[in-house]
Amino acid sequence: MNGLLMRRKIVNGVMLSLTGIFTFLTISVLFLILGYLVYYGGRSLDWHFFTRLPLSPGEKGGGMANAIVGTVQIVGMAALIGLPIGFLAGVYLAEFEDRRFASLVRYVADLLNGIPSIVVGLLAWSLVVVPMRRFSALAGSIALSVMLVPIVTRQTEQFLREVPSTLREGALALGASKWKMIATVVVPAGSKGVLTGMILGVARIAGESAPLLFTSLNNQFWGGLTQPTASLPQMIYTHAISAYEDWHQQAWAAGLVLITLVLVANIAARLVLARGISVPRG
Amino acid sequence: MVARLITLAFAAAILLVALLLVRQLWIGSAAARHSLGFGFLRSSEWNPVTEKFGALPFIYGTVVTSVVALLISVPLGLGAAIFLSELAPAGVSNGMTFLIELLAAIPSVIYGMLAIFTLVPLMRNYVEPFLKTTLGRLPLFQGPAYGVGYLTAAMILAVMTIPFIISVSRESLLAVPREQREAALALGATRWESTWQVVVPYAKLGILGSVFLGLARALGETMAVTMVIGNDPKISASLLAPGYTIAAVIANEFTEATGTIYPSALVELGLVLFGLTIVINGVARLMIMATTRKGSRR
Repeated sequence: MNGLLMRRKIVNGVMLSLTGIFTFLTISVLFLILGYLVYYGGRSLDWHFFTRLPLSPGEKGGGMANAIVGTVQIVGMAALIGLPIGFLAGVYLAEFEDRRFASLVRYVADLLNGIPSIVVGLLAWSLVVVPMRRFSALAGSIALSVMLVPIVTRQTEQFLREVPSTLREGALALGASKWKMIATVVVPAGSKGVLTGMILGVARIAGESAPLLFTSLNNQFWGGLTQPTASLPQMIYTHAISAYEDWHQQAWAAGLVLITLVLVANIAARLVLARGISVPRG
Repeated sequence: MVARLITLAFAAAILLVALLLVRQLWIGSAAARHSLGFGFLRSSEWNPVTEKFGALPFIYGTVVTSVVALLISVPLGLGAAIFLSELAPAGVSNGMTFLIELLAAIPSVIYGMLAIFTLVPLMRNYVEPFLKTTLGRLPLFQGPAYGVGYLTAAMILAVMTIPFIISVSRESLLAVPREQREAALALGATRWESTWQVVVPYAKLGILGSVFLGLARALGETMAVTMVIGNDPKISASLLAPGYTIAAVIANEFTEATGTIYPSALVELGLVLFGLTIVINGVARLMIMATTRKGSRR
């Protein structure tokens, strides 16, 4: 009897410590990644990185100014397309519940959210690149906006649902129309959460590379709305798989810049803006 | 009324995008579907020069890397989720969950770059030779140690799926009513016994949902895998061998695919991948919905 109790206690101790070790291991991966990026990226990051165009391997002092501008263009335009659509669809799901249709939209949005990003790239390729007969920043933006819409829809819905129904009833009791109630009471009350969701969504698509492979492609020079355009994720990819040491250095620098952008957006959104509200998973 | 119609239109746009996606993949793969038929899914030869297109090596690579990845990430992720929901004080748990969410936010191309520069040499010089000397008799660990291949891709996929498994499992575990734990402890169970025999079974549907969600992520993951899989359209029993996945072959070959059948065959591969992830995601979402509903009813 005592032996059995002993065994149970040992199993208890071992398994509970294992769960702690697993947690520690997982979190240490984050710091390992950040450490590598800061160390190697920091060594190769200089002012030229932000101001100059990429150079051929072997030449010193190139930068990725075009990729930084390109990422801002592509992601900015994707946000312009995707955020309003996602927001309004989210308002619909939260405020106008038609049981069947709303749950269908919700389910399809979740499925869209899980579609491999490379498949979204194929969609944008067939819809934009083929008719335009050229790779373009616009095609990349459309691919990214397809990924953004379901994220923003679901987050908007979640946060608007958290607005207490007494606020809605108060507004309606004062004689506001439903439209007025949503615009002046519900959305402002849920605005912090909605904004958080939007920032997280944009941060997520900003790091996407697969949907851009055959939409915005890449460019060693400045791109444009209807031109193939460089972006940071694409540059990291092409530079990291190249065989040149200087290009690897540039890839590290680009990795550091990209992760800084993504993490700053995440931390700002989750810690500052969304203080005290729980962010649902996309 | 107007507001309803406007927002309804945008909600309907989501359905439209989904339909458009299916339509474009279907039309885009028409040439390959007509000329290759079902042989496409059964053939394991991929040679664009002779116009031989078989999907099997890619399907195999996709499934093998994802399954091996989950064999690593499910125990780790479930363990960490148990720690975060059952043991850690709420403040610590929230802080750690925040860090894990950040891990999920890291772009896939950065995982790929780090894998190329750190994991691949590590695998080539230490892990793979070690596996060969200890487990080399198994067909799983034979052949030269390249550093790139199924196992390396699976490792990186494991790291990338852990955050999803942790956060969804943690939420399902947190949704288990307190009384369940208290009852088990009152009957004399140890902390671990109450967790493993009562709390985890109670949340099993949600945990299974998290596994499927992770599986869908792993199947469709592109950049990180493309950078370390080795890009060899062959089926090898050994996990150390280079292979290929569906997403990786589309990423590598789509822009250079010429003719009509070749790009169309790649789109058909995209269709296969789409189908796989839709089914798995569909099941996962239903499971997760079922547990959260159960939790809120308590």
